[in-house]
Amino acid sequence: MADPTYPEELLYHAEHDWARLEGEHATLGVTWYAQDALGEVVFFEPPAIGTALTQGEPYAEVESVKAVSDVVAPLSGEIVEVNETLGEDPAAINEDPYGAGWLVKVRLRNPAESEELMDAEAYTATLV
Amino acid sequence: MRPPGKGRMRPFQKIKCGPSASLPRMARHTPLHDRHLAAGAKLVEFAGWEMPVQYAGVREEHLAVREDCGIFDVSHMGQIETAGPDALELLQLLTTNDVAAIPVGGAQYGLLCREDGGVLDDLFTYRLADERYLTVTNAANHLRDLRRFRAHAEDLHVVVADRIEDYAMLALQGPRARAVAQELAEGPLPARMGVATLRLAGAGALVCGTGYTGEDGVELLLAPAEAPRVWDALLAGGAVPAGLAARDTLRLEACFHLYGNDLMVERGPIEAGLGWCCKEDTGFIGSGAVRAVRDAGPVEKLIAFAVDGPGIARQGNPVLGGGVVTSGTLSPCLGVGIGLAYVPADRSVVGMRMQIDVRGRTRPAVVHAKPFVAKHG
Repeated sequence: MADPTYPEELLYHAEHDWARLEGEHATLGVTWYAQDALGEVVFFEPPAIGTALTQGEPYAEVESVKAVSDVVAPLSGEIVEVNETLGEDPAAINEDPYGAGWLVKVRLRNPAESEELMDAEAYTATLV
Repeated sequence: MRPPGKGRMRPFQKIKCGPSASLPRMARHTPLHDRHLAAGAKLVEFAGWEMPVQYAGVREEHLAVREDCGIFDVSHMGQIETAGPDALELLQLLTTNDVAAIPVGGAQYGLLCREDGGVLDDLFTYRLADERYLTVTNAANHLRDLRRFRAHAEDLHVVVADRIEDYAMLALQGPRARAVAQELAEGPLPARMGVATLRLAGAGALVCGTGYTGEDGVELLLAPAEAPRVWDALLAGGAVPAGLAARDTLRLEACFHLYGNDLMVERGPIEAGLGWCCKEDTGFIGSGAVRAVRDAGPVEKLIAFAVDGPGIARQGNPVLGGGVVTSGTLSPCLGVGIGLAYVPADRSVVGMRMQIDVRGRTRPAVVHAKPFVAKHG
């Protein structure tokens, strides 16, 4: 994905993770900035369904050839679905970080936590 | 729950990229710095130098070297010239290999060791003339190596010169590398393990039949002022810029050692599998210790492994039952995690299975024959 994009409808965590709110659930992933900093993703193994996430805590790792980076949970919840296609095609995280590169879906434990996240404008301001 | 304090970077810590990037003024630039920026390289600080870690992408660069021709800026590496009637004596004392075996116009791999056999650096030495040698050092060890050379030269009829400022260095590697270089060279390229002075793209160059990728190719030592023009000519000739990340995946597939990962002062040559470049009869510093380990057999040995299934083992990952991974990556050619690890000598046979603790997750792996990937060209 050549140019930086930060969709307006998403919420963002300072450690470069996004959340798409869907009622009691949310889909989570890493931002354009994250995949650009990491380089080509070569390995992502999702955590198990049922795993509990805590806002601000790492819940998974994304690996490039040279580096391993923590993925931080923007919201607390329990994993209900994971993106299995990333096993075959981890590069989707680079090519389409907000679409095909989604990482996990969670059932939110504390939806009010979303108030602590940033909108696209606030998040991009932190990137300068 | 993953254990805390793993010492990893903060998530997605930015690798410097593009013309607007500026590093602390301490990091040095190679003569090709502007070329790297113009090519869109991601730059990273390495051994005090700002170096390109990748351009188009690690996998793409890696495959370009395996199948075509890649070019690396390795100007950060150091050079020490040793000249005079006692040059041979000094090099025999310092390096593990038999320097007397190098013909004029020849190249040789060897190690620098401590008295106790611990490895200080791995080096290439080129014999440029009867009594004149050039030794290429790893960037991080250059000053330490130089001090060692000078300390032992004191009573000898020899001049040790630091030539790091005098040479830019490019590596041209891949099945088409020799063809690309020959097209620009006024004279035949030296054979593998040879060195020759040639004009290339109008610049005087020391051309060496050496490399670090497992593919055919040459390494060029040139005056820094000439490097940008030669780089441009080689790119126009079809060479693809490749960075340090691809350099690492390539050398690992070839099972070449990296100082700081697989070689370190705490371990000796025999356990690293480098007994072949140690000739104890030459009496090098550390030869007594090396001979003792060779005779007794090392307690641990450096083996190559491939992960059996998903996962990428990394430097520092413990091997269950004894041992540690010293290098690891995803092999672009094989599509699995590969690496090097020290394991107990009785676990070092090809085909033996092992378990690696990768950040709390146990991954099965198998001892693999070396190299993982054979030369393409």
